[in-house]
Amino acid sequence: MITPLNTSSRAASRGLSDISIRNLFIIPTIVFLIVFNIFPLIYSLGYSFTDFRASTNAPANFVGLKNYRELLNDPYIWNNFAVTAKYVIVSVLGQVIVGFGTAMLLNRDIPLKGLITTLLLLPMMLSMAVVGLFWKLLYDPSWGVINWVLDLGKFQWLGDPKMALYAVAFTDIWMWSPFVMLLSLAGLSAVPKHLYEAAAIDRAGPFYTFFRITLPLVAPILMIAVIFRTMEAFKTFDLAYVLSTQPSTEVISIRLYKMAFQEWQTGRSCALAYIVLIMVLAITNIYVKYLNKVKER
Amino acid sequence: MAAVQTSGERALNKIAIVAVLVVTIIFLAPIYWIVSTSFKPRNLATTVPPTVVFEPTISPFVKLFTKRSQLRSPPTAEEYAAAPWWERVVFDGGEKIVRDGQGQVQWSGYPSRFLNSLIIAITSTVLAVGMGTFTAYGFSRFKVKGEADLLFFILSTRMLPAVVVAIPMFLMYRAVGLNDTHLGLIILYTAFNLSFSVWLMKGFMDEIPKEYEEAALVDGYTRMEAFFKIVLPEAATGIAATAVFCFITAWNEYAFALIMTNRRAQTAPPFIPSQVGSGLPDWTVIASGTFLFLLPVAIFTFLLRNHLLRGMSFGAIRK
Repeated sequence: MITPLNTSSRAASRGLSDISIRNLFIIPTIVFLIVFNIFPLIYSLGYSFTDFRASTNAPANFVGLKNYRELLNDPYIWNNFAVTAKYVIVSVLGQVIVGFGTAMLLNRDIPLKGLITTLLLLPMMLSMAVVGLFWKLLYDPSWGVINWVLDLGKFQWLGDPKMALYAVAFTDIWMWSPFVMLLSLAGLSAVPKHLYEAAAIDRAGPFYTFFRITLPLVAPILMIAVIFRTMEAFKTFDLAYVLSTQPSTEVISIRLYKMAFQEWQTGRSCALAYIVLIMVLAITNIYVKYLNKVKER
Repeated sequence: MAAVQTSGERALNKIAIVAVLVVTIIFLAPIYWIVSTSFKPRNLATTVPPTVVFEPTISPFVKLFTKRSQLRSPPTAEEYAAAPWWERVVFDGGEKIVRDGQGQVQWSGYPSRFLNSLIIAITSTVLAVGMGTFTAYGFSRFKVKGEADLLFFILSTRMLPAVVVAIPMFLMYRAVGLNDTHLGLIILYTAFNLSFSVWLMKGFMDEIPKEYEEAALVDGYTRMEAFFKIVLPEAATGIAATAVFCFITAWNEYAFALIMTNRRAQTAPPFIPSQVGSGLPDWTVIASGTFLFLLPVAIFTFLLRNHLLRGMSFGAIRK
């Protein structure tokens, strides 16, 4: 048994000081992240100014800003960005409509609500590449279940260049609407009931109640969902890559992958990676600002 | 809500219940289709109209795990009788399992990919959650200079697109021989999950009252003892939830695995799509591989249901 008398001396003499414990706990993580995340980025920043090709043994030649200049003047790259933007808009908009709509439906007394919510969340937990792949069978023009259920005959989903991007976005909406639903439900359940009661006493119509009470109070959390999904959709790779080989679905990550690992234009791909990186960091910044804002509430 | 509902409200509630049911069925239909296809004989996987009622078979799973070849002629009665029961379902489908000279069954590529997925996901989860728990405690309890900036830095490493990080990592791994190794992927997944685990664990740590440790310190515990004996047991639920999230992320990861591995250390996500290839794929085998692969995630999702909100928002929203 430890007697209270020698406790303080024991703690002071045998234990590490708080400052050394703090450093011991934090520094390894920071170092690990710098070594495996930041150092590689510095490495690739260097390569982005060269004509290096990882497939040959030729030494890298310094070419200055040539890679960046060429990329920013390349209409094909701009087309990849346009495809990505279209994909982001379709899939995030779809997720907000389906996700928020489902949350509105679920935000009332419904039998087995907990079970249903958990079941609805299942798609977003699954692997995009593996489960996304199975949608190839569902979309199949001849024996796909989707065409049969909707009675569309031999409708081309992934085969038609115009439709393919929407088909990939639909699968993305299926996977990630649950995410928007989950966050919306949290927002909806936090709206004080007395506001609705007051609105009912004032004989406010459902539209007035929705636009003046529900939406403004859920908006900050919904905003988090939107920014987060925008960022993820902007980076999208797995789903579009396994589902479609159409040029019309070549989002920027796929272009980057092909440039780096199929065409082996290493230097150029490092430059493109940096352009993408700056865009992602900008969105991340907005996201974190919003996170902190919501946390403070 | 008032106890007395108007008839209009009751009707509205009924409509909502029906709508929720419809949405749930639509959302679960693709998953149901994966599960049901993985128990179909091959000829029923691609029929018009789709086959809903059928006699389930384990043939897709036998095919998933073994190498097969087409049968030229039907098996002889002796061959059929000598084969174990699970092999007969492959005979019935017009194929036979390939055996080596000693009569040993030749395994397909799937079991080793599945095992790789397990090894890599579990190891990287342990590392990420372990380091993350310490770091989260450090941020939660001590004054850290530039804390907000450091936390932003930690989060931003998670937001980097996989392909962007993969290009330099590929070159570095090639230089040190880490390409297509378990360790290579474990390091990448640990780095990827570490930031997430710090953010999530910090939320859980913040919720444990400081007074618990302070009382322990007064009782003569050192700070380390207080951390291991008081804080860690209190944080057990949070650690478990964080671990499950990290496991699922590593388990599902595709882009890094596609770029960094090709045989030895390949995980299931890049392997399963590579089986589709060209021509007519056997969807029953793909479905059974997908089903086995998503089973652990589905179980974990149920265990995790009360923490999903928190995990998906990086610990920002608590309930």
